Amino acid sequence: MNDIFSGKLVRLSAFDPEEMSKAFSRWSRNSEYFRLANSSSRPMQSPKQASKWMEEEVGEMSPASYFFTIRTLADDKLIGELNLDVVDWSGRDAFVGLGIGETEYWSKGYGTDVMNILLRFAFTEINLRRVTLTVFEYNPRAIRSYEKAGFQHEGRLRQVLNKEGKRWDMLYMGILREEWLERHTQGAVTGAG
Amino acid sequence: MKDIFRGDLVRITNEEPDAYAKANVRWQLDSEYGRLLDSESVRMFSEKAIKEWSEKNFQNSKPERHQFTVRTLAEDKLIGFFGLYVELVHSEAWVGIGIGERDFWSKGYGTDVMNVCLRYAFLELGVQRVSLGLHEYNPRALRSYEKAGFVLEGRTRKDVLREGKRTDTFWMGILREEWLQKNGETL
Amino acid sequence: MFDIQTQLFEGEHIRFGPIDHEKDAEIESKWTHDSDFMRMMEIAPARPLSVALVKKQYEKLEKELDENKNQFYFTIRAREDDRLIGKASVQWIEWANGNGFLRLGIGEAENRGKGYGTQAFRMLLRFAFAELNLFRVSAIVPEYNVAAIALLKKFGFVQEVCRRKSLERDGRRWDLYVFGLLRDEWQYSHAGDLQQAEA
Repeated sequence: MNDIFSGKLVRLSAFDPEEMSKAFSRWSRNSEYFRLANSSSRPMQSPKQASKWMEEEVGEMSPASYFFTIRTLADDKLIGELNLDVVDWSGRDAFVGLGIGETEYWSKGYGTDVMNILLRFAFTEINLRRVTLTVFEYNPRAIRSYEKAGFQHEGRLRQVLNKEGKRWDMLYMGILREEWLERHTQGAVTGAG
Repeated sequence: MKDIFRGDLVRITNEEPDAYAKANVRWQLDSEYGRLLDSESVRMFSEKAIKEWSEKNFQNSKPERHQFTVRTLAEDKLIGFFGLYVELVHSEAWVGIGIGERDFWSKGYGTDVMNVCLRYAFLELGVQRVSLGLHEYNPRALRSYEKAGFVLEGRTRKDVLREGKRTDTFWMGILREEWLQKNGETL
Repeated sequence: MFDIQTQLFEGEHIRFGPIDHEKDAEIESKWTHDSDFMRMMEIAPARPLSVALVKKQYEKLEKELDENKNQFYFTIRAREDDRLIGKASVQWIEWANGNGFLRLGIGEAENRGKGYGTQAFRMLLRFAFAELNLFRVSAIVPEYNVAAIALLKKFGFVQEVCRRKSLERDGRRWDLYVFGLLRDEWQYSHAGDLQQAEA
């Protein structure tokens, strides 16, 4: 059995609502992060408000929902969070949401590394058949990162977003189990012990 | 697409906590039925308690639990139930089935219910395997489940004590590929 | 044989203890970040837990222990400094039938291979048979948990069931084994253990 929580640059760690509500508040003050993370205009939540719903959701430990924080391997710094939500068990499809709040870690391969760890978790621990995500048209950095991780473009909701006086599309991307296994065959089967 | 809710002798439904409670409160008076069904010590519940439990569990709103009542096609008589509990991540379903009406024992009804149940599990829920446990002292069920395609995978020794005697629990399983092959499905 | 004066909870290098809500949560939170350990211990998907969530789990566990009375839980602690090194429990007890299921884990890799697991397991077995008076105990292990299988066989457990392809990990399906040990079998092998324990 391998360590499925670690990649090349980061590792997945526990999601602590108290720590995360403070981090979200800090990151959300950066409007660029805020606009990339949220599709509708939303008032910033106080750490206390955010903490409460997070505690409930994370504490439930449902087999359909997984929350992680992202920490650098180099200095164990908290740089972001991600979650996986199973939509439907007969289709075995899940939505992934990922955000790197610390902007100095953008465009350096951290996003791709996280996504690789997440996909390995999705396909070899939760045994899903596909993973889906949505990404805003005005987030080319993330789109590139997801393409590098193996996601295919599957469609778009046209002109559904309204920012800076312009309308933008919401893109749907997806990756299938077979596609991922093919890219990572040596990681897929580890044998006993 | 076939009607997955119909077998040869029975059909399955899940909208009736009331009817189920009325029947169940009667079935539990037959201690042999209870002892064949479970390894937990047999006990009795009020109709009210069973109805409350049924209302919660027959909703089938949670992906891990699927509970059905069984009615005969001929007389539309409520004769039993089955339940599937699914380990979602590993795609394994545990099945429990009971024919509460004694008159319908040893007449192929149990096998028919199991066939409907397996078809539902494999073709509707899409599971990879179905598992069950049964008592050593229930040879009728063993025969029925073997006919449905279950493989005997072992026995936990002397884990039930009743009437001063210790008996084993048999454990059986059927894999998706085995069921598909047996039923000539090409899915 | 043992009598009531021989300690149930003391081993050579380890001892059984209660949950320490303050100190243990941090250590156990670290274990949950070790996917290797979690995949050996649990069938449920591995997921890292925060210290706060581990504390909540302890509270939930103690409530269950109190209400259901079909489970007994111990922490495994190092004798030298009382730090948490593992956990052991007897659960799913059916009193009328005299059965229970055993679970045991040593959290950190550096604490394994030192005989702590063997000591703890011996104590757990004695507790199950000589204090809870169970007639038989079972253990469920995935086929890839080679160390656990070796430990069970060392204590005379018999592999009774092979639940074929019951769990999926790393892109393939694995068998789950059910092992069982009867009290008679334990008593027979116990004489040898007694000498070892006293040494």
